[in-house]
Amino acid sequence: MIWQFDLLILTLIVICAIGALSMKDLLSAAIIFGIYSFLMCLLWAEMGAVDVAFTEASVGAGVSTILFIGAILGTSRRSKD
Amino acid sequence: MKRLQEHFEVHDPNLNLIIQTSIRILVPFVQLFGLYVIVHGHYSPGGGFQGGVILGASFILMGVGYDLKKSMELFPEAWNIAMANLGTTIFVGTGLVCAAAGGLFLDYGALSNWIGIEPAAWRSLGIFAVEAGVGFTVTSVMLSLFWDLSSRGELDGGL
Amino acid sequence: MNKRSPLKILALCSTLITGALLLYGTKDFPAWGDPNSPASAHLSPHIIENAAKTTNAPNLVTAVLGDYRGYDTMFETVVIFCAGIAVTAILRRPRS
Repeated sequence: MIWQFDLLILTLIVICAIGALSMKDLLSAAIIFGIYSFLMCLLWAEMGAVDVAFTEASVGAGVSTILFIGAILGTSRRSKD
Repeated sequence: MKRLQEHFEVHDPNLNLIIQTSIRILVPFVQLFGLYVIVHGHYSPGGGFQGGVILGASFILMGVGYDLKKSMELFPEAWNIAMANLGTTIFVGTGLVCAAAGGLFLDYGALSNWIGIEPAAWRSLGIFAVEAGVGFTVTSVMLSLFWDLSSRGELDGGL
Repeated sequence: MNKRSPLKILALCSTLITGALLLYGTKDFPAWGDPNSPASAHLSPHIIENAAKTTNAPNLVTAVLGDYRGYDTMFETVVIFCAGIAVTAILRRPRS
């Protein structure tokens, strides 16, 4: 575990989380959530949990992003909140 | 893809050709990698869940690039439901067979009472059977989730 | 955002307090990868020594998920199966 690397990834994760929450455009929020998942995957891989990283990359960043996009199609793209 | 483009107000006819060609080239490799991840789970990171998600994602990619009809040609709806059931049945059935062979539920080593190879080899085979079952279920469930969410349950057009 | 309702301020305060409490709680955790921590002192050595021999699976995670904790994986699969069945039952409309 390299603490500089950790610090960089954790900072980016927090930025991505705040960005995904405050974004008005739901498609952008879904994509930023995918970036968040990839950063989480990087963090798991860096901590030595390769299997968890693999699951995060395939489920969190791959399938759940496309499911979010499919769900956004059923609603409006803009969020009121 | 057409509905996605209309929804997000993109009308570029060339976009579709590039996306469809690259998806057509990419999908066999994605499927091969998914099968590799399931089968090679004993030796490298991966296993039934991850490999199943990757396999399902390859069919989802076909559904995104073309439409749901193309993805349902590759993986018919009836097969999808049957495979989700089959995977769970394989998992539970492996456990029940182990119990019938005189061990505990999911105790693969007990199968050496019937066929006399060493328990370690039976455990390896049992893990493989279980991972294959998980892979079947996850593949079909992920694909059916995508179908239902992207077409609101009508299974036409889609994305 | 310019209309700050009291409910939002309350939510922010409760989030901050919960976060601070959770951060305070992590102070007592064992260090990352500590071999003497309770989690890795009792069961992990047994699995690390025996898993590859008894299951012929060099990847310990697969050995644990598939064999040692088979029930866990089984019900994980059943949960995913139930989720798929539920979404199909709610969303899918029979085609005429």
